[in-house]
Amino acid sequence: MSAAFRISGAGRLSQAKTASFSFDDKSYTGIEGDTLASALLANGVHLVGRSFKYHRPRGFLSAGAEEPNALVQIVRDDARKTPNVRATVQELYDGLTANSQNRWPSLAFDVGAVNDIASPLFSAGFYYKTFMWPKWAWRDLYEPKIRAAAGLGVSPDKPDPDHYAARYAHCEVLVLGGGAAGIAAALAAAETGVRVILADEQAEFGGSLRFESGARIDGQDGYAWARAAIAKLKAMGNVRVLSRTTAFGYYAQNFVGLVERVSDHLKNPGRELARERLWQVRAKRVVIATGAIERHMVFANNDRPGVMLASAARTYLNHYGVAVGRNVGVYTANDSAYAAAIDLNKAGVNVAAIVDLRDNPAGPVIDEARALGIEINFGRAVVSASGKLRVSSMTVQPKNGGGERTIPVDAILMSAGWTPSVHLFSQSRGKVAFNDETKRFVPGTYAQDCVSVGACNGTDGLDATIDEAYAAGAKASKDTGGSARKSAKPKVDAGESWSRGMLGAAPGAGPGTTVKAFVDFQNDVTAKDIRQAVHEGMHSIEHVKRFTTNGMATDQGKTSNMHGLAIAAEELGKPIPQVGLTTFRAPYTPVTFGSIVGHARGALFDPTRRTATHGWAASQGAVFEDVGHWKRAWYFPKAGEDMHKAVDRECVTVRKVGGLFDASTLGKIEVVGPDAAKFMELLYTNPWEKLETGRCRYGIMLREDGFIYDDGVVGRLAPDRFHVTTTTGGAPRVMNHMEDYLQTEFPHLNVWLTSITEQWAVIAVQGPKSRDIIAPLVEGIDMSDEAMPHMSVREGKICGVPTRLFRMSFTGERGFEVNVPADYGEAVWEALWAEGQKHGATAYGTEAMHVLRAEKGYIIVGQDTDGTVTPNDAGLDWAVGKKKTDFVGIRGLIRPDLVAKGRKQLVGLKTKDPKVVLEEGAQIVADPKQPIPMKMIGHVTSSYWSENCGRSIALALVAGGRDRMGQTLYVPMPNGTIEVEVTGMVFVDEKGERLNG
Amino acid sequence: MLLIRCPYCEEERPELEFRNAGEAHVVRSANIAGESDDDFEKFFFIRANPKGVIYERWRHIHGCARFFNAVRDTVTDKFVMTYKAGEPKPAKLPGAAK
Repeated sequence: MSAAFRISGAGRLSQAKTASFSFDDKSYTGIEGDTLASALLANGVHLVGRSFKYHRPRGFLSAGAEEPNALVQIVRDDARKTPNVRATVQELYDGLTANSQNRWPSLAFDVGAVNDIASPLFSAGFYYKTFMWPKWAWRDLYEPKIRAAAGLGVSPDKPDPDHYAARYAHCEVLVLGGGAAGIAAALAAAETGVRVILADEQAEFGGSLRFESGARIDGQDGYAWARAAIAKLKAMGNVRVLSRTTAFGYYAQNFVGLVERVSDHLKNPGRELARERLWQVRAKRVVIATGAIERHMVFANNDRPGVMLASAARTYLNHYGVAVGRNVGVYTANDSAYAAAIDLNKAGVNVAAIVDLRDNPAGPVIDEARALGIEINFGRAVVSASGKLRVSSMTVQPKNGGGERTIPVDAILMSAGWTPSVHLFSQSRGKVAFNDETKRFVPGTYAQDCVSVGACNGTDGLDATIDEAYAAGAKASKDTGGSARKSAKPKVDAGESWSRGMLGAAPGAGPGTTVKAFVDFQNDVTAKDIRQAVHEGMHSIEHVKRFTTNGMATDQGKTSNMHGLAIAAEELGKPIPQVGLTTFRAPYTPVTFGSIVGHARGALFDPTRRTATHGWAASQGAVFEDVGHWKRAWYFPKAGEDMHKAVDRECVTVRKVGGLFDASTLGKIEVVGPDAAKFMELLYTNPWEKLETGRCRYGIMLREDGFIYDDGVVGRLAPDRFHVTTTTGGAPRVMNHMEDYLQTEFPHLNVWLTSITEQWAVIAVQGPKSRDIIAPLVEGIDMSDEAMPHMSVREGKICGVPTRLFRMSFTGERGFEVNVPADYGEAVWEALWAEGQKHGATAYGTEAMHVLRAEKGYIIVGQDTDGTVTPNDAGLDWAVGKKKTDFVGIRGLIRPDLVAKGRKQLVGLKTKDPKVVLEEGAQIVADPKQPIPMKMIGHVTSSYWSENCGRSIALALVAGGRDRMGQTLYVPMPNGTIEVEVTGMVFVDEKGERLNG
Repeated sequence: MLLIRCPYCEEERPELEFRNAGEAHVVRSANIAGESDDDFEKFFFIRANPKGVIYERWRHIHGCARFFNAVRDTVTDKFVMTYKAGEPKPAKLPGAAK
């Protein structure tokens, strides 16, 4: 059974394919190919939402993307509850479930509508003026209440289960908009063989040909021509045709972002389909054919359900076969609404009257309407609409005042004229120009390689549009290497043409009136609000916009901006171009976060780097921590151990026996070449020329400003070869820093830099038994103290594979770092582990590593330094070559502030109560009794429980720290002040004897 | 996303492959240790930040890894030209009519 307002014989949908759906728990039947809007209208449903501020009942204003009113929540399941979906865009599928928004308890009876009655309180700038005081009330009272009342729709509270695809594409000609203009441009370009992409936001191409019943092209009905042309384009190998695809953003160098809605229109999309696909297209030329958007008339109660754009009513009739009423009124200031009246009249709908603001317009559509016997009233205005949940009548008055007459209607079709869609042109940074004659902004100065054609360019008439678009498509392809065209341009046999109209408030809603004549439906901005904003001092359109929120809703003022501007201009007594136009920004229509994020979420948000021993560590029950992209073993708890117990055991075992630690994440760079030592001299503070082959040195790298940038042990493998290590997090930037200087400041040096971080796995074996653990597996290296002292490096074999064996220590114990090719990392680790087991060694993680190094006062760059710490501040002055004449940072180091007294210096701290462990980052003061705010003289950089010391230990940056040895300082914390003593930074083995122990 | 022509690869590549490296033609003194405070301030801290044409360094970090120089308009974001590191500041810019 067909719905009550479906007109048999009208529209293009096959009546056979029905689809059932529900709206606010009531079931309806629609037809496949419907939008939710057309399906509801077919069932006579106009009331679909409540407005944002006044909670006024609202219906459908449009039949497209510009819809400000009909926002609904589409519910697929618990995790898929999409709010703010425009019912005019949502395609119907069988089983679709939609709910209205912004109403309680029901759409027809909404408590929030009290705001409408109280509306004098809620005028423009209400929030700014009202919730100013008392200050506390904002946080505790106003904001929570406003937040609860505001907002449209309800976000789903479960993770989005859908997936989103992304594609990059390149083409010579990108055509945005698939109406008559876009299709003509695409045809012209496609024939020349260049790559063409044609995109349109609708499910079906054709644009206004969907409702323009008078159009005939190449001997056929306009819409049939469009379908045939699209079929032809789809069959061409060089053309990509994208429907349901909105160009939402136009970026630099013809980079255009588009979102393709892949499956929102399907009943059961299935997992293999993405919900949406983001297209990032780079085009040599862009043809903008985005058309124009009809404006509403601004009169009292113009928001009542049933009051809609004339072109929308025509679309519902001519495309969907739906009559928006049985007895409609028409209110217009231009010709195009006549065509709607004529089409509806021919379909059997009674047109009660056409009310035309113009005095004596003439033209074929007017003649035709008159011939059909439709009542036409020139020089008159609709001054008000009546009816609450649905319009019931319109009140008509001569436009200069006079007797009123009320005409019963169940819908009002309105047209104030057409606004060229210059959004994308404007986003491309093109400057619009105001055409004073036609009262519209059209593309003026271009900033990119694009061209606007058709209605969005202010071109009126189908013939002129196709001419212009075809020529533009041909030129764009010719400019980008297309071959000569073969076929002729489409011939327009008949077309519709209209322009002009009016901007601003209609009679009855002009200055001095207080009626609710809406300019912006979604944000409930009336003509009066705009005037009030001007009176209150908002003289720039940008200020008017923000004060009234005109054009700031999700529809971004597609129907409201020009009216708002005209009213402000009138009130200011200035011509429109002098008041200006607000900036068009991406996105053109709302874009989901999902489509922007794509697959980059959850586990795929960021790359994960795992070391060669990751699997082994996981099998041992290691707990991992994230260090940059790396997963590092944090600690290895045994049964029954918590983190503290595990770390304590690991720390004690390393100093007593030995431990194995995966240090593979350290950055490693090979510096090779005849000038390698010279290069090292320039990049590090230390001297390198005299470092013997086979020896290592702890190096410090500065930035040019003199602050510590990175550190690490460097081994000289050969006169022309250094194996440089960096901090884990610093590896990429150190490499970049080195390359920068090598390529641009010291290009005369003959040096090559190679990142070898991932090529070498590094196993640190530390502790008194370290040599005993390694030695049985090593070939060709004499590991005696005489042959291989602390800070040396040897090349040889371990477990039969090549190794760079460093003798070095980040624990203060005798220690080695075994470098092996990463592919052998796990095997060598397991061999070393087996040896270690014989001695009772432990595997230890990054937490124990941190404690052990802190016990020795070894700093971690980025933890104990923060980019404002010099080598001297860190107690590392010894590592700065005093005889050197140049290195990066040499000049920065002698800047006045860097040599001034009282700088923060790195020191040790011992809490007076040894059991108390300080909080890292805690601030330090000299006098805890001083009034707040206290003078902070430093902060804790590292702090741990040291089982080896039987007490807590800490490192801190303290002003003049090294002159405060033995002093008592204070760390004020929420639970009381902690007393600390300033000490040296070494807590274990001050003489360093254990390095050879 | 911009397209940037790498003067070493001799082709336009997407911005994702590049990283900005600050103002170009800031020369590090051969005798930097002996530089006055004023000169060091100019070298290290002071940058032009113009509205319009800027000379800056870029690195084709995810490509050939070379540093090069570029002339860009900070208003339009357009790259006027790119050239190799070490080459002098171009005396004349292409299309510099305005």
